[in-house]
Amino acid sequence: MGAEFVMLSLAPIVIGSLAAIACALPGNFLLLRRQALIGDAISHVVLPGIVLAFLVTGQVATLPMMAGAGVAALAAVAMIEAVRRLGRIEPGAAMGVTFTTMFALGVLVLERTDTSKVHLDVEHALMGNLESLIWLDGMGWHSLLDPAALAGLPPELGRLAIATAVIATLIWLFWRPLKLATFDEGFAAEVGVPVRAVGLGLVVLSALAAVAAFDAVGSIIVIAMFICPPGTARLMTDRLEMQVAWSVFFAVLSAVLGYVLAGYGPIWLGGTDAVSAAGMIATVSGMLLAAAALFGPARRRSGAGAGAA
Amino acid sequence: MIARLRLAARKGLRTGPAPVADHPMEVRGLTVSYGGKPAVFSVDASFHAGSMTAIIGPNGAGKSTFLKAALGIVPRVSGQVTAFGRPLGTARARIAYVPQRASVDWDFPARVIDVVLMGLYRKLGLLRPVTRADRGFAMDCLARVGMEGFAGRQIGQLSGGQAQRVFLARALAQRADLYLLDEPFAGVDAATERAIIEVLKGLRAEGRTVVAVHHDLATVADYFDRVLLLNVRRIAEGTLAEAFTPEALQAAYGGRLATSHLDRLATV
Amino acid sequence: MAGAWRRPISTGWPRSEMLDLGYNTMLVATGATLLGISAGVTGTFLYLRKRALVSDAISHATLPGIGLAFILMVAFGGDGRNLAGLLAGSALSAWLGLLAVQWLSRRTRLAEDAAIGAVLSVFFGFGVVLLTVIQTMEAGRQAGLDSLLLGSTAGMLRGDALLIAAGGALTLALVAILRRPMEMVAFDEAHAAAMGLNVPRVDLATMALVLAVTVVGLKIVGLILIVALLIIPPVAARFWSDRTGRVALLAGAFGGLAGMAGALVSASAPALPTGPVIVLTAFALFAVSLFFAPARGVAAKLIERRRFRERVHLRQGLLALAQGQPIYEAYTLRLLVRDGLARPDGVATQDGAGRAAKALRDERRWAEARAMPAHEAVSQRYDGLTEIETMLTPDQIADLDGRIGGPRGVA
Repeated sequence: MGAEFVMLSLAPIVIGSLAAIACALPGNFLLLRRQALIGDAISHVVLPGIVLAFLVTGQVATLPMMAGAGVAALAAVAMIEAVRRLGRIEPGAAMGVTFTTMFALGVLVLERTDTSKVHLDVEHALMGNLESLIWLDGMGWHSLLDPAALAGLPPELGRLAIATAVIATLIWLFWRPLKLATFDEGFAAEVGVPVRAVGLGLVVLSALAAVAAFDAVGSIIVIAMFICPPGTARLMTDRLEMQVAWSVFFAVLSAVLGYVLAGYGPIWLGGTDAVSAAGMIATVSGMLLAAAALFGPARRRSGAGAGAA
Repeated sequence: MIARLRLAARKGLRTGPAPVADHPMEVRGLTVSYGGKPAVFSVDASFHAGSMTAIIGPNGAGKSTFLKAALGIVPRVSGQVTAFGRPLGTARARIAYVPQRASVDWDFPARVIDVVLMGLYRKLGLLRPVTRADRGFAMDCLARVGMEGFAGRQIGQLSGGQAQRVFLARALAQRADLYLLDEPFAGVDAATERAIIEVLKGLRAEGRTVVAVHHDLATVADYFDRVLLLNVRRIAEGTLAEAFTPEALQAAYGGRLATSHLDRLATV
Repeated sequence: MAGAWRRPISTGWPRSEMLDLGYNTMLVATGATLLGISAGVTGTFLYLRKRALVSDAISHATLPGIGLAFILMVAFGGDGRNLAGLLAGSALSAWLGLLAVQWLSRRTRLAEDAAIGAVLSVFFGFGVVLLTVIQTMEAGRQAGLDSLLLGSTAGMLRGDALLIAAGGALTLALVAILRRPMEMVAFDEAHAAAMGLNVPRVDLATMALVLAVTVVGLKIVGLILIVALLIIPPVAARFWSDRTGRVALLAGAFGGLAGMAGALVSASAPALPTGPVIVLTAFALFAVSLFFAPARGVAAKLIERRRFRERVHLRQGLLALAQGQPIYEAYTLRLLVRDGLARPDGVATQDGAGRAAKALRDERRWAEARAMPAHEAVSQRYDGLTEIETMLTPDQIADLDGRIGGPRGVA
């Protein structure tokens, strides 16, 4: 665990963990609000968002693309809401209509535009490029104290750190209204919680997490981290505070274990090439969920809840 | 939604006359529709301070809908509501509503004490920490409904009656002046029913106002002192002597209630 | 791998292997149409059971099966790109995914949506891991498996086109056989069970059909977008009818139309990928239905709600006039003035006074009728707005009037 680890693996592991935390935090509330698939819908519309940004700016730059993805995520949420309300359609179907249409539109526009000169493709949006986010200036653990070397860290790290900090702060700040509106929307409205604003805020926060994360780690991790760590955590405890703590733990565990397995697993098995880190992180998070579903102390519904559910 | 209510209430006040009295709640011309058919049609009602009012009527008479629409939980087609002589939106802190039990997520990761503490939200706001005194107060509220031994339970592990009492404790924690309850005795055991009615009578003794949707005509005279009799329209409203009469019940329940039964009820 | 999905025609397959494009196109278009019909009908039952997004988990769960099938076929010395083999693998892993969704949502406290999301992302993630393994294999360099992500029909082999046409016909035949039991379960589960249907087994059959549609549709629409064919046509069709059978038939028609349009458009303009064209055609049908369908469409609903509000306010206004009460809401007064029933200062016109007296009298008649067991059925249907003459006979009304006493004027 020396200089090579610091240069090649440290930054991807930290970035993967931050991305996982950023998604898992709002994911806890999405899960409890039965909106787990909002994360799925948002990640599907990232591609049309990038295409839109490319059409507008004519170049492949990170910030406009993230802005485009953000706009697309919000547009998707607005469209889901509109379809659901106008047509009185159940949320799942409204999501299905929305994200497939937007994704199709993105692919079609991409098809009709001359993007042959630029690297802009589905694969990148799906899988990200976690493996390539190496820290060339990281010559060893001592580089962590060297400002010049730190300046050479991949920019994704800084962006994700900020996004994660913003998400964590907002969730801490609005913990009570979020909890209240998630548990009992009617009561929350009665005691003065602006429930619709809280719901919208949560979705915006999720969009922020998805957009900040997809560029570095791809949509697969985004969807998996929205759902698997909170889901695993829910099966471990019956207290919301503990659930959120567990979800952060499982998010980091998936990211670290997944990255290590993707990079070193094939070598241990006698292979030569690493496999997709994004895919492996999602796989590990699924294994953790399966383990919790089999052995988690709070895995079963109980008492009155079993009848009501 | 609250903002919209406030707006509607303000608009209403501009065009209509000032409310007659500062009753805890005053409802005028309330109409609610489900699927193009009025569930509640042009109902007026006043809930008097320090009284216990039962909202009664046959199944499908719009009792729960009336309560929800009065609070703005379901949209109304027309009608105005004032509380304590002010538009509803500005008086909400003085009102507590206990819904029927189906409306929360029973699988939510929260304990009984967490639920009761939610009643303190208006006091605690976003970040003020929960003090020892707050916890003590929440435990007192639990004790009043006889549930102090369950503070650490996950809410999904409660029976129907226990859950109903916990939500009453949360309402007590709100320290409201007007308590609106939707079928508080539906599907609960006899012990819970007794515990709840004692708490409600205690509230009345403190000068607070209680309104409950109620379906058991046999207990109306024991539990309540006023009645709002609904069957989509308002059939009768007033004290037991004024509104809980065989004629009014006949008008509300029609052929669905045997006359002998009615006579017996009204003479209780 | 990068970019390959964008140019389906250059997946590296030698041109000599391609047969007559026109005949292939016809086969594919037929297959896509049949598939669209099956997807629309099957999707209707899925949608009515409120499980539309289960199909999303199923479709994403095909990926590891595709990857494993490729690896296995190569390991046994075959051609990894054999479509039949890939589809068999995809069906197997999709089935596992479906079982995982059901196990998570039944055996743990996780809700179905969370189970769907978990299975979808984890299976897909594992599939991507397998794809990167394949990329490192000698035979995998030109695998072109990513064309299954977004679907492509250009450059399709005759055998593949036949497979798709046959697959489409097979799913449609299955739909035709299973339509009745699925319809009964979707309409009324308890009734279906009482009629002797095994509801879990019918649900399972529905899921098997969803799976069949997904697998057959992989090559045409691609695994990311195939759910659209199962979701959008039923949602669009639902606007046009309240009857399960009709919704299913219409959804089938919409799906078939979308499938055909997609296949034909992308055949005439090879740069256009099939999947997105199919999805956008379906969406266009949905958008038209959402806004313009009679009764359930947005436009119709808006008009209806406005009319209803007017009726309620007019009626309440008339009753207030009759009882000499002030009119509280400005909107009510505006309507009364518009219809010449009241003056802007809230006083009834002559016409208004007459109508008000009639409204009040009808209220009294209904109050009387409600207390009479003989009229119970009618008075329960009464909505408070309909003229009494349309619900009771003149004799019945005269009888009520007799009980009330003589006509009373405006108070």
